[in-house]
Amino acid sequence: MWEYSEKVMEHYRNPHNAGVMENPSAVGETGSIACGDALKLYLKIDKNGIITDAKFQTFGCGSAVASSSILTDMVIGKTVDEAKKITNEDIVKALGGLPAEKIHCSVMGQEALEAAINNYLGIEEDHSHEKIVCRCFNVSEEKLIQQIKEHNIKTVQEATNYCKVAGSCGRCAPEVQHIIDKVNALNEAPKKPMTKTQMIVQISKVLDNYVSDELRKDGGDIELIDVEDNKVYVKLQGSCSACPSSHLTLKNFVENVLREHISKDIEVVEYKD
Amino acid sequence: MNKVIYLDNNATTKVDERIFEEMKPYFCEKYGNPSSIHAFGGEVSHAVKKARNQVKEMLGAENEREIIFTAGGSESANMAIKGVLDLNKDKKHIITSKVEHPCVLNLYKWLEKRGYRVTYLGVNSEGELDLNELRESVTEDTALVSVMYANNETGVIFPIEQMGEIIKSKNKNTKFFVDAVQAAGKIPINVSDMQIDMLGISGHKLHAPKGVGALYIKKGIMLTPLVIGGHQEFGKRAGTENVTSIVGLGVAADLAVDALKEENTTVRALRDKLEKGLLERIYNARVNGGKANRVPNTSNISFEYIEGELILLHLSDIGICASSGSACTSGSLEPSHVLKAMGIPFTSMHGSVRWSLSRFTTEEEIDYVLEHVPNIIINKINKLSPYQQQLEDLKRQKNMK
Repeated sequence: MWEYSEKVMEHYRNPHNAGVMENPSAVGETGSIACGDALKLYLKIDKNGIITDAKFQTFGCGSAVASSSILTDMVIGKTVDEAKKITNEDIVKALGGLPAEKIHCSVMGQEALEAAINNYLGIEEDHSHEKIVCRCFNVSEEKLIQQIKEHNIKTVQEATNYCKVAGSCGRCAPEVQHIIDKVNALNEAPKKPMTKTQMIVQISKVLDNYVSDELRKDGGDIELIDVEDNKVYVKLQGSCSACPSSHLTLKNFVENVLREHISKDIEVVEYKD
Repeated sequence: MNKVIYLDNNATTKVDERIFEEMKPYFCEKYGNPSSIHAFGGEVSHAVKKARNQVKEMLGAENEREIIFTAGGSESANMAIKGVLDLNKDKKHIITSKVEHPCVLNLYKWLEKRGYRVTYLGVNSEGELDLNELRESVTEDTALVSVMYANNETGVIFPIEQMGEIIKSKNKNTKFFVDAVQAAGKIPINVSDMQIDMLGISGHKLHAPKGVGALYIKKGIMLTPLVIGGHQEFGKRAGTENVTSIVGLGVAADLAVDALKEENTTVRALRDKLEKGLLERIYNARVNGGKANRVPNTSNISFEYIEGELILLHLSDIGICASSGSACTSGSLEPSHVLKAMGIPFTSMHGSVRWSLSRFTTEEEIDYVLEHVPNIIINKINKLSPYQQQLEDLKRQKNMK
């Protein structure tokens, strides 16, 4: 059972402004039925740029309906310029909070509003050139980076909560982490050389996120044994340990991944009992 | 909340008052330890023995020593699977299905990380297995086949007897574990008639309390215990017995055997009435797994173009308890893995509702559901959907029929 606020319950029980609008000035759509939630927002805007009416239709859970419903309350009476400034955090606040896993419902509200305003201003949204990171939920790299920056996202789980990225099959999780790390690295001061402990922690993380899953597909795995300066001692497990091409796996795959993520001086050495 | 219409019996069940009565003395009066030498403990030991026999009878086992009490379905599955693999270390292949309960699927993910190769058998659009795929999958290296008897989401029953024959004919050393958590008490089970090596059940799905279950281990099947310590449960599961709950499970097994006929007639009739009634009244409703052989108490219905959590919240507001395979209810973003494996179209994947009845469900309750739910779906939730055109089309198709 979700811990929904009174406000959320009030809005999914009796949503405000639900339904279709005849002759809207603008329509904004986001999400899809395949992804599990979708929102269509209609706006009526007068000649002074004031939003005089709003309606919505939502396919989604209680918090998705509540986010849409309260959003229509929030925009009615505002000018387009004022409405533009509404963020997903404003929606969450107006609802008296949302469970972390449901934050994406408020993000969907903000996106539909953005799409509607762009529709009103005649701005064509062209997403065709964007690189898709998450195929399950159709999340582009651009959108992900925007979410990371706006919400100071540090982990894949947080990113999932905001935009559902990596929330289904999880195949893109390593890439999402990589993008998060990249975006955050740009904001951080240059690093001091790592201590041995930091190095071990970092290497384990990279092995977990980028290497293990690949090896498991072939019935193997990898274990970190020791780190000395730039030498990383590892042991291959399962079918990898008996694989004749294990040397190639270590040099061409594991070493390259570690060099890319940690330091270009890393050398991977197979540990023998 | 005043009124409660409990149609979520595959999640858990009410403890039968008769079972509770039988359990009561073992809290404050007969609280001895079954392992004690004195007569005070001995009486309790007899109660555990009686319960063991009751469970033995329900499962059709040959010997009471084949029944081990555990803390529930998950423990039974863990004990069977890990226990067998530990004694067959040279074999690294396991077969299961794509629609297993998460407790088993997550255990397999864990095993995959430890070098095991797992074959996940697929199902057709009705949730049924392809036995040829099973036949082709069993090899010399297959340590274990583990499947559920009946599916918790759809109620679809797997052909356990045939599966046992296929497995053993391909490799007599391959062990067969059956997760019967959703079958026990709903359909007759007879382990001796089938080539089952181990079978797990859970108390709280058949009107016994939560936190107790049992594992049938066929005589001669060896496995490493999960909980190591004292000599309890013939050395297979250490720890002082959960006497009160074990007594409860025993009585539950007894009552379940008696109620099997009722389950197959009264409960089935109510389930069918509910299913038929909802389908007749709601144009965007469709049954998942309806053509397959199902346990009598379960119905899984998808409402197209609307979302399951929203349905459950509205049902809950009028006192109806059900559950959904929708992504939003679980906290994950993934809809039900069972419906996905069945290839249910995405238009109805997110709007599934599982109704699971019990022998305590009354006709008045089903009538209440049929009186109120169609109105909520059609006049409230459907109206919110952005897919009005598609809903109109469904309505028209329905009227044409």
